[in-house]
Amino acid sequence: MTTATAENPNQTENWQPLCTRDDLVAQSGIAACLETPAGLVQLAIFYLPGQTPELYALDHHDPFSGANVIARGIVGDVAGEPVVASPIYKQHFRLRDGQCLEDEDMQLRTWRVVLDGARVMLRH
Amino acid sequence: MKTTDDTPQDLIIIGNGMVGHHLVEQLVERGAHRHQRIRVFGEERHLAYDRVHLSEYFKGRDAADLALSTADYYAAHDIALHLDEAVTTIDRDARELITPQGRYAYDHLVLATGSYPFVPPIPGSEREGCLVYRTLDDLDAIREAAGRANTGVVVGGGLLGLEAANALRELELDTAVVEFAPRLMPMQVDSEGGELLREKIEALGVQVLTDRATQHIEAGETSRHRMVFQDDKLLETDLIVFSAGIRPRDQLARDAGLEIGERGGVVIDDHCLSSDPAILAVGEVALWRGSIFGLVAPGYQMAKAAADTLCGGELSFQGADLSTKLKLLGVDVGAIGDAHGDRSPGARQFRYCDQLKQEYRKLVVSSDGRKLLGAMLVGDNASYDSLMQYYANGLELPEDPASLILPSVEGAPTLGPDALPETASICSCHNVTKGTICEAIDAGCDDLGAVKDATQASTGCGGCAALLKSVVDSELEARGVEVDQSICEHFAHTRQELYSIVRVEGIKTFSELIDRHGQGLGCDICKPAVASILASCFNEPITDAAHVPLQDTNDTFMANMQKNGTYSVVPRVPGGEITPDKLIVLGRVGEKYGLYTKITGGQRIDLFGARLEDLPNIWGELLEAGFETGHAYAKSLRTVKSCVGSTWCRYGVQDSVGMAIHLENRYKGLRSPHKLKFAVSGCTRECAEAQSKDVGVIATEHGWNLYVCGNGGMRPRHAELFATDLDDDTLIRYIDRFLMFYVRTADRLQRTSVWRENLEGGLDYLKAVVIDDSLGLGDELEHQMQTVIDNYECEWADALSEPDKLKRFRSFVNDERPDPDIIVTEERGQLRPA
Ligand code: SRM
Ligand SMILES: Cc1cc2nc3c(=O)[nH]c(=O)nc-3n(C[C@H](O)[C@H](O)[C@H](O)COP(=O)(O)OP(=O)(O)OC[C@H]3O[C@@H](n4cnc5c(N)ncnc54)[C@H](O)[C@@H]3O)c2cc1C
Ligand code: SF4
Ligand code: FES
Repeated sequence: MTTATAENPNQTENWQPLCTRDDLVAQSGIAACLETPAGLVQLAIFYLPGQTPELYALDHHDPFSGANVIARGIVGDVAGEPVVASPIYKQHFRLRDGQCLEDEDMQLRTWRVVLDGARVMLRH
Repeated sequence: MKTTDDTPQDLIIIGNGMVGHHLVEQLVERGAHRHQRIRVFGEERHLAYDRVHLSEYFKGRDAADLALSTADYYAAHDIALHLDEAVTTIDRDARELITPQGRYAYDHLVLATGSYPFVPPIPGSEREGCLVYRTLDDLDAIREAAGRANTGVVVGGGLLGLEAANALRELELDTAVVEFAPRLMPMQVDSEGGELLREKIEALGVQVLTDRATQHIEAGETSRHRMVFQDDKLLETDLIVFSAGIRPRDQLARDAGLEIGERGGVVIDDHCLSSDPAILAVGEVALWRGSIFGLVAPGYQMAKAAADTLCGGELSFQGADLSTKLKLLGVDVGAIGDAHGDRSPGARQFRYCDQLKQEYRKLVVSSDGRKLLGAMLVGDNASYDSLMQYYANGLELPEDPASLILPSVEGAPTLGPDALPETASICSCHNVTKGTICEAIDAGCDDLGAVKDATQASTGCGGCAALLKSVVDSELEARGVEVDQSICEHFAHTRQELYSIVRVEGIKTFSELIDRHGQGLGCDICKPAVASILASCFNEPITDAAHVPLQDTNDTFMANMQKNGTYSVVPRVPGGEITPDKLIVLGRVGEKYGLYTKITGGQRIDLFGARLEDLPNIWGELLEAGFETGHAYAKSLRTVKSCVGSTWCRYGVQDSVGMAIHLENRYKGLRSPHKLKFAVSGCTRECAEAQSKDVGVIATEHGWNLYVCGNGGMRPRHAELFATDLDDDTLIRYIDRFLMFYVRTADRLQRTSVWRENLEGGLDYLKAVVIDDSLGLGDELEHQMQTVIDNYECEWADALSEPDKLKRFRSFVNDERPDPDIIVTEERGQLRPA
């Protein structure tokens, strides 16, 4: 068990396994999808080993270009705050809450995601 | 105007527009709100807003965005704000104001009532759908009416009229401008300039009718209104906006018996006092020495003088310059001083007109040619700032004043910020001189933001932003303050410094570099820059785990991302030479994966629309057929174009194709500060366009001529002749050294052309380094190049051999399906994004 979270992924039913740690790319993102009653949601999962938290999940859909590409952006920080830069028009989104730094009206949704052993678990 | 006793006085300001609000700020700055009870009346429902940028309301800025202040600001300074409450009467005997809500006593009164749009007394102008353009409410009315209209007409082709026309155009109405005078903007431009302006505006789809006096407006047949002109011509339209000039809102003052100008306006003196010393006037309602100023900067200066007067000071209003620089409907127009040249006896003129580029520039100079009296610019305002400085500060003109308006040829005199005197006005909105800026810097402001905060420069119309920055930069530099050149917040180093650190310390990963010399996680600026440096030095595969998170998306996926998230595939075709077999393979792959196929400008073939998950398979097939990656995604060597050369062409003197292939294979995969393009031509006819490339090679009877530092793109630059009649080996040696010297010393994303222009010592220096080995670096540069060449490996071949590197080439980590949002349609027999 590597998580230090209050929630226990094994006991709450709305935790869902996404993939394993090996599928992740350190310091970068991969895309995943999630069936919901409202349709398919595309997620961008970022893995920052050694940081707290070390996993983030945001919308994969880039509101500026309309393409599903956020997971392919470069991860970094702006004044210490972890962000991802959209690979198309380069806007920055805060990993913590999805807020776009260039446009206060734009915010990506975020989900909680944790490592449970080698499994990557998503709460939805 | 200070009173002797201590009882607080009542100060009332009528009008909460731009100038009225500026007056409040000026009073607060002087602490007046602590001794006087200040009350402000505004007829509009909105708190003072930025009327200058009113049109942005149609581009999505709302009233709150445009507001110049907040109710909290007024409350915090104990200023009573009565919005939506128009003053109807001034009772000077009782020193009281009357509004529908009550009576208010005053000791001092300021009129800041601005002006109203003049609607010519044409029968029918009162019809519904005949509107004006002055307030937020006016814009709401226009927007609302436009929703029910297809066509719109603006009456008046002046500055505001054209702005209104643009707004109608953006509201998707078929728009026309009707001007009474024979040309547009008669105040600012002459007939030649007006003609150009008309052409430019008509090109945008706005109909321009000049010399038209509207006689009356009646109900239309096909549209809501019909305008009837003096020559009985007709124009039908659904909506009419009048923009035929402004008139001062002086009715209150007239009724109160204050002195009013012949053509309106409250007469004021240099202290903004009206004929009743208890009453002042500022802004567009005020008439000073026979002039009304319809611009915000003079209004602000009046507000400053008035605030000073009200606080017992001596500051006076000394008139203001009406020079303007605008971008109307995307067209630059500038007018400085006596732009028409009709106010200065004996003045001489210079005129430059380019009807192809649609640029017109005119200078009005004193009879001895020493001083600039005025200038007019249409189509290009690039020289406005410099000209304005010559004009405003009476600077001596250069020997040949025409050089100031001729198209920029190298060596044209430019006026640098150091050439300006201390008294030079930098920001006319807030009346900030270069001297004030220097004082602010001396008082501790050490960057642009701090100077802005301290002086307010560039916080009005914003027109002075570029000039302010250059003055601040040059002053900071002159004081030995280092203007921060750090690459980003994570490294306090330039790219060049990082390059040396990496080389000297042998650092091979980003994490090691940031641990030792930086801070934080890095970002989308420093990561790709460092990735490029590491690759230039060691050329390890960019998809290795340590490097892959640093790459721009295109490098990560070794393909160029398109706007819908798919990718393009560009295999290398060295020198543009390709066998029929390989062409067939490209065709097959394109067909199999549904790719749009196009010949590029770089003599190769681009396959567009590849889905992420298809990229590995596509490349598997291409590699098998003998293709390699073309690095179309990378800041590295792109293509080496060639012409057919001596093998086929009757004029060719050398084998240009052979040389092009040799060069392309030698330098492929060299990562550099920006992309690199080469070309090789077989003779002086130059069919490969080598003189527009970073490296251009042209065959001669005796060998090769080498050209360097050219490019096409946004700012084309011809390459310069670097060395002549070289044999193959010398040619390659020079190119090795040239490229590595560029890689070592250029800024990030700086092409060879810009690098060369910034290189101290210029081409001669570059020749000395490369040809004469003046720095003794020759061997080292060649050796570094050899390392890169020895470590070359096709990135796609490498990635396909290591399955771990392909795990991101899936639309979803937890699902096999492709991204369902990528939708294509067919056009001209091929697929393209829907
Ligand atoms: C495909 C192509 C257009 C075509 O259909 O012909 C093309 C396409 C792109 N060009 Fe180009 N350029 C192409 C030839 C050119 C040329 C002509 C040439 O090379 O002879 C030029 C002017 C010459 C020059 O560069 O000096 C050119 C000047 C640019 C520039 C401006 C560079 C500059 O210094 O001003 C950019 C922007 C940049 O690089 O920052 C650019 C950027 C781009 C990008 C990468 C834009 C982007 O970031 O998405 C385009 C990506 C296409 C893709 O996804 O594959 N492209 N581009 C050409 C590919 C050539 C090749 O085989 O590799
Ligand atoms: C679309 C547009 C674009 C412009 N672009 C530029 C530009 O690029 N550069 C530039 O320098 N200038 C520009 N101007 C002009 C600039 O906006 C004016 O010079 C400036 O607003 C004048 O300020 P003011 O306070 O004198 O008048 P206003 O801003 O008009 O304010 C006067 C206020 O007084 C109120 N008022 C009037 N009578 C009464 C009363 N009896 N009781 C209570 N309140 C009253 C009015 O309702 C109004 O709100 C532009 C104007 C417009 C309309
Ligand atoms: S010219 Fe512009 S639009 Fe055309 S390919 Fe080049 S970058 Fe893209
Ligand atoms: S000139 Fe208008 S902000 Fe400086």
